[in-house]
Amino acid sequence: MKKQIKFYSGNIAAAEGALVAGCRFFAGYPITPSSEIAEHMALRLPQVGGVFIQMEDELASMAAILGASWGGAKSMTATSGPGFSLMQENIGLGAMTETPCVVINVQRAGPSTGMPTLVGQADVMQARWGSHGDYEIIALSPFSPQECFDLTIKAFNLAEEYRVPVIVLMDESVGHMFEKVVIPPKDKIKIVERKKPTVPPEKYMAYKAEDFVPEMACAGEGYNVHVTGLTHDEKGYPQATDPEVQDRLVRRLCDKIRKNEKKLRDIEEYEMDDAEIAIVSFGISARSSKAAVRFARQHGYKVGLIRLKTIWPFPDEYFEKLADEIKKFVVVEINYGQIKLEVERNVGREKTHLLPKMGGEIHKPEEIYRKIKEVYNGN
Amino acid sequence: MEIEAKSHPLDRYLRADRIPHIWCPGCGLGTVLNCFLHALEETDIDLKNLAVVSGIGCTGRVAGYINVDSYHTTHGRAVPFATGLKLANPKLKVVVFSGDGDLFAIGGNHFIHAARRNIDMTVICVNNYNYGMTGGQLGPTTPLEARATTAPYGNIEHPFNLCHVAAASGAVYVARWTSLHVRRLKESMKEALNKKGFSFVEIIAPCPTAFGRRNKEPTGLETLKYYKEHSVIKHGIDPAEADIEMGGDIVVGKFVDIEKPTFDEAVHELIKKARK
Repeated sequence: MKKQIKFYSGNIAAAEGALVAGCRFFAGYPITPSSEIAEHMALRLPQVGGVFIQMEDELASMAAILGASWGGAKSMTATSGPGFSLMQENIGLGAMTETPCVVINVQRAGPSTGMPTLVGQADVMQARWGSHGDYEIIALSPFSPQECFDLTIKAFNLAEEYRVPVIVLMDESVGHMFEKVVIPPKDKIKIVERKKPTVPPEKYMAYKAEDFVPEMACAGEGYNVHVTGLTHDEKGYPQATDPEVQDRLVRRLCDKIRKNEKKLRDIEEYEMDDAEIAIVSFGISARSSKAAVRFARQHGYKVGLIRLKTIWPFPDEYFEKLADEIKKFVVVEINYGQIKLEVERNVGREKTHLLPKMGGEIHKPEEIYRKIKEVYNGN
Repeated sequence: MEIEAKSHPLDRYLRADRIPHIWCPGCGLGTVLNCFLHALEETDIDLKNLAVVSGIGCTGRVAGYINVDSYHTTHGRAVPFATGLKLANPKLKVVVFSGDGDLFAIGGNHFIHAARRNIDMTVICVNNYNYGMTGGQLGPTTPLEARATTAPYGNIEHPFNLCHVAAASGAVYVARWTSLHVRRLKESMKEALNKKGFSFVEIIAPCPTAFGRRNKEPTGLETLKYYKEHSVIKHGIDPAEADIEMGGDIVVGKFVDIEKPTFDEAVHELIKKARK
């Protein structure tokens, strides 16, 4: 088996990544700028024996992928802002019932209907806690079609490993950008499957976990599992009036992600070795940032780029450590300061600067270069 | 005095360690569940491949009492969850058990589209004319003029006729009974379970705690007496003619039993074609 070279948009690359990861069920609802993912899955899933269904709305799409996951399939949906809002309640059900699945959000500018065809990166906080209650998810952010392919595979692997909905936070620019994508030979791609029960049904406890993540018995496997969005004990039975059960469950749901932050950490450092100023960015904004860093270096500025590929859980410890070495942090994002809040929380307010865009356009490298100069000169 | 617990003939279908259930005295849900378990006993459905999905509400708790793979999902979303479950694993017999508010108000859109697509599942809806679990609010099936906590002057909304909605949306099997018609209900449930495609069984059931006592039927027994006196069996009639009115007759029976290709069959045919 040889590697293949393709010319894909980010949306198509994400869909192809999903297929390679083993996705065999897609439920979705048309929405700009993510619709090409649904269209490509409608074309490609039947060819590999998978099921595509266009649902009546995003509430149904999210519910259907949870159902499919319990039916034993790796499942996915794709959407953008308004649809992502509609999915939140069932993303919460996914977190609570520990259902592996992948949700791609090709971000456009909001709030509300906003700018349907133009770029945004303002769903960062919604991806983290858009549903009610305390929970943690995983969110990844690709900055090229190649990474749309790679990180979608990774999203499936993490969903299976941690039994949690994993969000691929793309943006319109990355989704619609065409680039070379290298598909590695199959045997070079790591694929993770969910842990299956190792004990017979009479001994099985659906939500008992040794290392945070319980073994998952799907429908039709003879384990008679009860799955509920109510607070449940290790057996899976509702215990909706017992604060101790609630404490145990919510702590585990959060800690399985929080305590694995280091393992989940995925950061690209660019020109960071001797950097005095660090740009912090992700997705399409990181591409403009990279160009700006390159240009600033040519002009003698000691600046580097920290590109977040894993956005949630946020690498708190990483930034805390950097706070001593780096003089200033400039957060470049297409929103009014969401990741900035996280950086600020770790390195301090006086060290954190924001270069926002409200949506509809990407940063020009020269704007970022000007900001670098400004911050460098202490303005 | 201690009472010695004896086993029940239907125990093998139940999560006996979760009994007693949460339902009020006089509620119709115990009877309906009993009919369903008897229906299971009299069909040759392999319990290993049976999955029960519920939404939220009193009926939504059914899933938690049946000892099969069971899913208690979000409010209104049992049907799309069940759609994903069934399509991912075609071997499964998928039953959605939920209430009128869950399936026809918050979940109404999902219901009509699953019926339209003819997804192979059985939907059992217990219609008690109100939101019981939250304290007796007005629902999409509350009859005109009936009182509810959010309709203290009497309901001014026109209710849904659920069987009409199901039939108009494309369901291949549609029947209505009350919780008094235990044998007929059980037979209908068997037919629905054995039917390929989207089958729908509505059960009118008493909710004395939240609905009955505000509407001159303070006990389940009185409501059952009403069913006895006012139920009219009319098999095969157009369900459009089976509206429910306060103080009127309740038309029950099997209204629809037709054949139509299912989504499941179509999607697997499509896969075969695409793989050639």
